[in-house]
Amino acid sequence: MTTRSMSTTTTNKEEIFIVREQDVVPLRNRVKDYALAVGMSILNQTKLITATSELVRNLLKYGGGGKVLIESVVNGRDNGVRVTFIDNGPGIADVSLAMKDGYSTGKSLGLGLPGTKRLVNEFDIRSEPGKGTTVMITKWKNG
Amino acid sequence: MERIPILKMGDFLLVTIQVDLYDQLAENLESDLINTIKKFSSKGVLIDISAVSIIDSFMGRILGNIAVMSKIMDAQTVVVGMQPAVAITLVELGLPLNGVISALNVEKGMELLRSKMYNSNDDEEYEYDDNE
Repeated sequence: MTTRSMSTTTTNKEEIFIVREQDVVPLRNRVKDYALAVGMSILNQTKLITATSELVRNLLKYGGGGKVLIESVVNGRDNGVRVTFIDNGPGIADVSLAMKDGYSTGKSLGLGLPGTKRLVNEFDIRSEPGKGTTVMITKWKNG
Repeated sequence: MERIPILKMGDFLLVTIQVDLYDQLAENLESDLINTIKKFSSKGVLIDISAVSIIDSFMGRILGNIAVMSKIMDAQTVVVGMQPAVAITLVELGLPLNGVISALNVEKGMELLRSKMYNSNDDEEYEYDDNE
Protein backbone atom coordinates (compact mmCIF):
# COMPACT_ATOMS: atom_id res chain seq x y z
CA MET A 1 0.00 0.00 0.00
CA THR A 2 2.65 2.52 1.04
CA THR A 3 6.13 2.61 -0.36
CA ARG A 4 8.79 3.76 2.02
CA SER A 5 11.95 4.88 0.39
CA MET A 6 13.47 6.45 3.47
CA SER A 7 15.17 4.19 5.92
CA THR A 8 13.66 3.35 9.26
CA THR A 9 15.59 4.19 12.39
CA THR A 10 15.09 2.94 15.91
CA THR A 11 14.90 5.47 18.74
CA ASN A 12 14.15 3.25 21.69
CA LYS A 13 14.05 -0.50 22.21
CA GLU A 14 13.91 -3.33 24.68
CA GLU A 15 13.88 -7.12 24.71
CA ILE A 16 11.45 -9.24 26.66
CA PHE A 17 11.84 -12.97 27.14
CA ILE A 18 8.68 -15.02 26.88
CA VAL A 19 8.73 -18.44 28.47
CA ARG A 20 5.25 -18.90 29.92
CA GLU A 21 1.73 -17.65 29.43
CA GLN A 22 2.01 -15.28 32.40
CA ASP A 23 4.60 -13.27 30.42
CA VAL A 24 1.98 -12.32 27.83
CA VAL A 25 0.04 -9.65 29.74
CA PRO A 26 3.20 -7.70 30.78
CA LEU A 27 4.37 -7.84 27.15
CA ARG A 28 1.05 -6.47 25.90
CA ASN A 29 1.33 -3.68 28.47
CA ARG A 30 4.87 -2.79 27.34
CA VAL A 31 3.78 -2.66 23.69
CA LYS A 32 0.95 -0.38 24.78
CA ASP A 33 3.45 1.92 26.56
CA TYR A 34 5.44 2.20 23.33
CA ALA A 35 2.27 2.86 21.29
CA LEU A 36 1.19 5.57 23.74
CA ALA A 37 4.65 7.15 23.60
CA VAL A 38 4.40 7.67 19.84
CA GLY A 39 0.85 9.04 20.21
CA MET A 40 -0.95 6.19 18.49
CA SER A 41 -4.78 6.31 18.36
CA ILE A 42 -6.82 3.88 20.48
CA LEU A 43 -7.81 1.95 17.37
CA ASN A 44 -4.25 1.51 16.13
CA GLN A 45 -3.09 0.63 19.63
CA THR A 46 -5.78 -2.03 19.85
CA LYS A 47 -4.82 -3.48 16.47
CA LEU A 48 -1.13 -3.55 17.36
CA ILE A 49 -1.69 -5.13 20.78
CA THR A 50 -4.12 -7.69 19.35
CA ALA A 51 -1.55 -8.60 16.67
CA THR A 52 1.07 -8.91 19.41
CA SER A 53 -1.22 -11.17 21.39
CA GLU A 54 -1.75 -13.46 18.39
CA LEU A 55 1.95 -13.71 17.57
CA VAL A 56 3.13 -14.23 21.12
CA ARG A 57 0.70 -17.16 21.39
CA ASN A 58 2.31 -18.73 18.32
CA LEU A 59 5.73 -18.09 19.84
CA LEU A 60 4.73 -19.97 22.99
CA LYS A 61 2.64 -22.68 21.37
CA TYR A 62 4.71 -23.56 18.33
CA GLY A 63 8.11 -22.04 19.11
CA GLY A 64 8.32 -23.14 22.74
CA GLY A 65 8.92 -19.56 23.86
CA GLY A 66 11.49 -17.06 22.73
CA LYS A 67 12.18 -13.37 22.83
CA VAL A 68 10.32 -10.30 21.71
CA LEU A 69 11.97 -7.06 20.68
CA ILE A 70 9.92 -3.87 20.97
CA GLU A 71 11.16 -0.76 19.14
CA SER A 72 10.06 2.81 18.64
CA VAL A 73 10.78 3.48 14.98
CA VAL A 74 10.91 6.61 12.86
CA ASN A 75 10.62 6.76 9.09
CA GLY A 76 10.69 10.28 7.72
CA ARG A 77 7.86 12.06 9.46
CA ASP A 78 6.13 8.88 10.56
CA ASN A 79 6.50 7.35 14.01
CA GLY A 80 5.56 3.82 14.85
CA VAL A 81 6.15 0.72 16.87
CA ARG A 82 7.87 -2.41 15.61
CA VAL A 83 7.60 -5.72 17.41
CA THR A 84 9.77 -8.71 16.47
CA PHE A 85 9.06 -12.24 17.68
CA ILE A 86 12.01 -14.61 17.63
CA ASP A 87 11.86 -18.30 18.48
CA ASN A 88 14.19 -21.25 18.00
CA GLY A 89 11.37 -23.72 17.53
CA PRO A 90 10.75 -26.20 14.73
CA GLY A 91 10.01 -23.49 12.17
CA ILE A 92 7.33 -23.47 9.49
CA ALA A 93 7.81 -25.80 6.55
CA ASP A 94 5.63 -23.84 4.12
CA VAL A 95 5.33 -20.17 5.03
CA SER A 96 3.08 -19.27 2.09
CA LEU A 97 0.64 -22.00 3.14
CA ALA A 98 0.69 -20.74 6.74
CA MET A 99 -0.20 -17.27 5.43
CA LYS A 100 -3.37 -18.54 3.74
CA ASP A 101 -6.69 -17.67 5.35
CA GLY A 102 -8.19 -20.71 7.01
CA TYR A 103 -5.02 -22.74 7.32
CA SER A 104 -3.98 -24.05 10.70
CA THR A 105 -1.99 -26.92 12.14
CA GLY A 106 -3.16 -26.28 15.68
CA LYS A 107 -6.63 -26.39 17.10
CA SER A 108 -7.21 -22.68 16.57
CA LEU A 109 -9.35 -21.22 13.83
CA GLY A 110 -6.51 -20.65 11.42
CA LEU A 111 -6.91 -16.92 11.28
CA GLY A 112 -3.69 -16.35 13.17
CA LEU A 113 -1.14 -15.20 10.62
CA PRO A 114 -3.29 -13.73 7.79
CA GLY A 115 -5.64 -12.09 10.30
CA THR A 116 -2.70 -10.63 12.16
CA LYS A 117 -1.21 -9.30 8.94
CA ARG A 118 -4.40 -7.33 8.27
CA LEU A 119 -4.03 -5.51 11.60
CA VAL A 120 -0.59 -4.03 10.96
CA ASN A 121 1.14 -1.98 8.25
CA GLU A 122 4.20 -4.13 7.76
CA PHE A 123 4.47 -7.85 8.26
CA ASP A 124 7.55 -9.91 7.62
CA ILE A 125 7.97 -13.59 8.38
CA ARG A 126 11.09 -15.70 8.02
CA SER A 127 11.27 -19.30 8.99
CA GLU A 128 13.70 -22.12 8.62
CA PRO A 129 12.64 -25.66 9.49
CA GLY A 130 14.61 -26.88 12.50
CA LYS A 131 15.99 -23.42 13.27
CA GLY A 132 13.07 -21.21 14.17
CA THR A 133 10.77 -18.44 13.11
CA THR A 134 11.06 -14.65 13.19
CA VAL A 135 8.02 -12.46 12.64
CA MET A 136 8.36 -8.68 12.45
CA ILE A 137 5.36 -6.35 12.53
CA THR A 138 5.23 -2.56 12.32
CA LYS A 139 2.31 -0.30 13.06
CA TRP A 140 2.68 3.35 12.09
CA LYS A 141 1.09 6.04 14.19
CA ASN A 142 -1.05 7.16 11.27
CA GLY A 143 -1.11 3.81 9.50
CA MET B 1 -5.31 -19.41 40.49
CA GLU B 2 -6.85 -16.16 39.29
CA ARG B 3 -10.57 -16.39 38.45
CA ILE B 4 -13.24 -14.07 37.16
CA PRO B 5 -16.18 -13.83 39.59
CA ILE B 6 -19.61 -15.03 38.47
CA LEU B 7 -22.56 -13.36 40.24
CA LYS B 8 -26.01 -14.93 40.46
CA MET B 9 -28.91 -12.55 39.94
CA GLY B 10 -32.18 -14.45 40.02
CA ASP B 11 -32.36 -16.57 36.90
CA PHE B 12 -29.33 -14.88 35.40
CA LEU B 13 -25.59 -14.94 35.86
CA LEU B 14 -23.60 -11.74 35.65
CA VAL B 15 -19.93 -11.67 34.71
CA THR B 16 -18.01 -8.43 34.64
CA ILE B 17 -14.54 -8.84 33.22
CA GLN B 18 -12.43 -6.12 34.83
CA VAL B 19 -8.99 -7.40 33.89
CA ASP B 20 -7.27 -8.04 30.61
CA LEU B 21 -7.85 -11.61 29.56
CA TYR B 22 -5.21 -14.19 28.93
CA ASP B 23 -5.75 -17.70 27.70
CA GLN B 24 -5.90 -19.60 30.98
CA LEU B 25 -8.21 -17.03 32.56
CA ALA B 26 -10.59 -17.20 29.61
CA GLU B 27 -10.57 -21.02 29.67
CA ASN B 28 -11.33 -21.04 33.41
CA LEU B 29 -14.21 -18.64 32.85
CA GLU B 30 -15.64 -20.92 30.18
CA SER B 31 -15.74 -24.00 32.43
CA ASP B 32 -16.77 -22.06 35.55
CA LEU B 33 -19.69 -20.50 33.70
CA ILE B 34 -20.99 -23.75 32.31
CA ASN B 35 -20.77 -25.38 35.75
CA THR B 36 -22.53 -22.42 37.36
CA ILE B 37 -25.35 -22.54 34.80
CA LYS B 38 -25.87 -26.17 35.75
CA LYS B 39 -25.65 -25.47 39.49
CA PHE B 40 -28.32 -22.74 39.52
CA SER B 41 -30.30 -23.82 36.42
CA SER B 42 -29.66 -20.31 35.12
CA LYS B 43 -31.61 -19.08 32.12
CA GLY B 44 -29.32 -16.32 31.02
CA VAL B 45 -25.70 -15.13 31.15
CA LEU B 46 -24.67 -11.51 30.84
CA ILE B 47 -21.00 -10.87 30.14
CA ASP B 48 -19.83 -7.29 30.47
CA ILE B 49 -16.61 -6.70 28.53
CA SER B 50 -16.59 -2.89 28.70
CA ALA B 51 -13.28 -2.93 30.59
CA VAL B 52 -11.61 -5.36 28.17
CA SER B 53 -9.23 -3.56 25.83
CA ILE B 54 -8.02 -6.60 23.88
CA ILE B 55 -9.85 -9.59 22.44
CA ASP B 56 -7.77 -11.74 20.14
CA SER B 57 -8.80 -14.87 18.25
CA PHE B 58 -8.42 -17.19 21.23
CA MET B 59 -10.50 -15.10 23.61
CA GLY B 60 -13.03 -14.41 20.86
CA ARG B 61 -13.36 -18.13 20.31
CA ILE B 62 -13.95 -18.64 24.05
CA LEU B 63 -16.76 -16.06 23.96
CA GLY B 64 -18.30 -17.93 21.04
CA ASN B 65 -17.91 -21.24 22.87
CA ILE B 66 -19.62 -19.84 25.95
CA ALA B 67 -22.58 -18.69 23.84
CA VAL B 68 -22.94 -22.10 22.15
CA MET B 69 -22.39 -24.16 25.31
CA SER B 70 -24.84 -22.12 27.38
CA LYS B 71 -27.42 -22.49 24.64
CA ILE B 72 -27.05 -26.24 24.84
CA MET B 73 -27.62 -25.85 28.59
CA ASP B 74 -30.79 -23.89 27.80
CA ALA B 75 -29.38 -20.51 28.78
CA GLN B 76 -28.96 -17.41 26.61
CA THR B 77 -25.70 -15.45 26.57
CA VAL B 78 -25.52 -11.73 25.89
CA VAL B 79 -22.19 -9.92 25.61
CA VAL B 80 -22.38 -6.23 26.45
CA GLY B 81 -20.19 -3.15 26.31
CA MET B 82 -17.66 -4.06 23.65
CA GLN B 83 -15.33 -1.14 22.97
CA PRO B 84 -15.53 0.16 19.39
CA ALA B 85 -11.81 -0.41 18.75
CA VAL B 86 -12.18 -4.02 19.90
CA ALA B 87 -15.15 -4.58 17.57
CA ILE B 88 -13.27 -3.14 14.58
CA THR B 89 -10.16 -5.17 15.37
CA LEU B 90 -12.11 -8.42 15.75
CA VAL B 91 -13.77 -8.04 12.37
CA GLU B 92 -10.49 -7.16 10.63
CA LEU B 93 -8.85 -10.10 12.31
CA GLY B 94 -11.52 -12.28 10.71
CA LEU B 95 -13.55 -13.17 13.78
CA PRO B 96 -16.97 -11.53 13.49
CA LEU B 97 -18.29 -13.49 16.54
CA ASN B 98 -21.23 -14.96 14.67
CA GLY B 99 -23.67 -16.51 17.09
CA VAL B 100 -22.77 -14.18 19.93
CA ILE B 101 -25.69 -11.94 20.85
CA SER B 102 -24.62 -8.51 22.00
CA ALA B 103 -26.07 -5.34 23.44
CA LEU B 104 -24.59 -1.90 23.98
CA ASN B 105 -24.64 -1.88 27.78
CA VAL B 106 -25.65 -3.89 30.85
CA GLU B 107 -29.12 -2.35 31.03
CA LYS B 108 -29.97 -3.19 27.42
CA GLY B 109 -28.41 -6.60 27.85
CA MET B 110 -30.70 -7.30 30.82
CA GLU B 111 -33.74 -6.16 28.84
CA LEU B 112 -32.71 -8.42 26.01
CA LEU B 113 -32.24 -11.42 28.30
CA ARG B 114 -35.62 -10.87 29.96
CA SER B 115 -37.39 -10.53 26.65
CA LYS B 116 -35.70 -13.70 25.44
CA MET B 117 -36.84 -15.57 28.54
CA TYR B 118 -40.45 -14.52 28.36
CA ASN B 119 -40.72 -14.83 24.62
CA SER B 120 -38.82 -18.06 24.27
CA ASN B 121 -41.73 -19.58 22.31
CA ASP B 122 -41.93 -16.85 19.71
CA ASP B 123 -38.26 -16.08 19.24
CA GLU B 124 -38.67 -15.39 15.55
CA GLU B 125 -41.17 -12.61 16.09
CA TYR B 126 -38.93 -10.70 18.43
CA GLU B 127 -36.42 -8.30 17.02
CA TYR B 128 -34.05 -6.42 19.25
CA ASP B 129 -33.27 -2.93 18.06
CA ASP B 130 -30.13 -1.37 19.46
CA ASN B 131 -30.00 1.53 17.02
CA GLU B 132 -32.35 3.72 18.97
